[in-house]
Amino acid sequence: MSTVKAEERPLLAVLDYGIGNLHSAHKGFSHVGADTRLTADRGLINDACGVVLPGVGAFGPCMRALRAAGLDEVALDRIGAGVPFFGICIGMQMLFAGSAEAPEVEGLGVFAQTVQPLPDTVKRPQIQWNKLNVHKKHPMLNDLGDEAWVYFVHSYAPEVGEEVIATCDYGGPVTAAVARDNVWAAQFHPEKSGATGLRILSNFVAYASDAAKVAA
Amino acid sequence: MTVRAIRVIPCLDVDAGRVVKGVNFVDIRDAGDPVELAAAYDAQGADELVFLDITASSDQRDTTVQMARAVAEQVFIPFTIGGGIRTVDDARRLLMAGADKVSVMTAAIKRPVLVTEISREFGAQCCVVAIDARRVDGSDDAFEVYTHGGRTRTGIDALEWASEVQRLGAGEILLTSMDTDGTKDGFDIPLTSAVTAAVDIPVIASGGVGTLQHMVEGVIDGGADAVLAASIFHFGEHTVADAKRVLAANNVTVRPPN
Repeated sequence: MSTVKAEERPLLAVLDYGIGNLHSAHKGFSHVGADTRLTADRGLINDACGVVLPGVGAFGPCMRALRAAGLDEVALDRIGAGVPFFGICIGMQMLFAGSAEAPEVEGLGVFAQTVQPLPDTVKRPQIQWNKLNVHKKHPMLNDLGDEAWVYFVHSYAPEVGEEVIATCDYGGPVTAAVARDNVWAAQFHPEKSGATGLRILSNFVAYASDAAKVAA
Repeated sequence: MTVRAIRVIPCLDVDAGRVVKGVNFVDIRDAGDPVELAAAYDAQGADELVFLDITASSDQRDTTVQMARAVAEQVFIPFTIGGGIRTVDDARRLLMAGADKVSVMTAAIKRPVLVTEISREFGAQCCVVAIDARRVDGSDDAFEVYTHGGRTRTGIDALEWASEVQRLGAGEILLTSMDTDGTKDGFDIPLTSAVTAAVDIPVIASGGVGTLQHMVEGVIDGGADAVLAASIFHFGEHTVADAKRVLAANNVTVRPPN
């Protein structure tokens, strides 16, 4: 595992909107060398060279909590500013227009599609490791080897759209990762996907670190 | 198309935050250190880990929470902690410390709604129910739920209990045969297949693995979604990677070892 040097530890802000266990993503990014802060502090978030939006549980409660904390605006502001941004699991789903899980709750709308239930032909939730089928070459997926297996825990997933960079097979192709410009997102849990997942986190830290150097 | 990958899960017994019951394979400096052992099993290709907390004294339970935190800081695969979880608050402390799932057994038998409470609060994916079962004397298709390491009868039918915990909100069942546990004669296939047929949620088969072929039988004949073993891995007889190679050679889909 290549990690960045201590003196170069890039500051990552993991958005803290007060729900459940957001610590795992935080620990994973710290492990690959980022100076990671679980925070709702606007100043700290603005100083960060990368922003992470984690999420566990259900779309509705997560989205409401994000809005209640005012971090929906902050997330959109950072995305608009071109800051490297990574949404994980429900954090990914919140970047979409909305979810069938909570039709009355609007998503952030960064991606146009909506989040839909996994097909009823398969066990829901999907709780397992599954193989990524790579659709597009992308820095998120650098150096993952021939076969990348990652850990999924979800009952819903975004519709497969043009920004998809990887899917998995679960009752048909399921959106596993999307990316557009400075926004990366993963339906799976890179922070629970062993060495493959740590590589993905490390790829994001490298991207955030490089982007900060270019800006400076 | 659907990938259904069978998980291989080493199980570690912990007492007051230390791994006990002898783990002994190469390159381990401290056989009692849960973090080091978890990392070693991760490197072998373990898909998940189960820590079974056998701490007798409840005032030492904090050490288990500390252990969960330490493991989560260093090891990045899912892990479950079971043993002594009696309340939603017990579950919360372990999950907030970094455990991905908690496993309940005796407390769920005493108060079944605990399963619903944990599932509602944290999601079904966090809520494993452990079922220890023994055959009813002379029977090949009737099984009774036991507690206290197979010593205490409950009078509850294992298949009915499996269906009930699914209805209550369990995300997964950890099924141990107290007849085969420790025998190394293989899983109790009639029990395993009866439970996997009775429920839709994933079933982890446990108890009796002595050879890697036993794991294949648990999946193919028993219908298990995951296989759990302790001693076969702990004493270095086989690695998790060995187990996965044998499963794959028998056309069982697994996440390939690194």
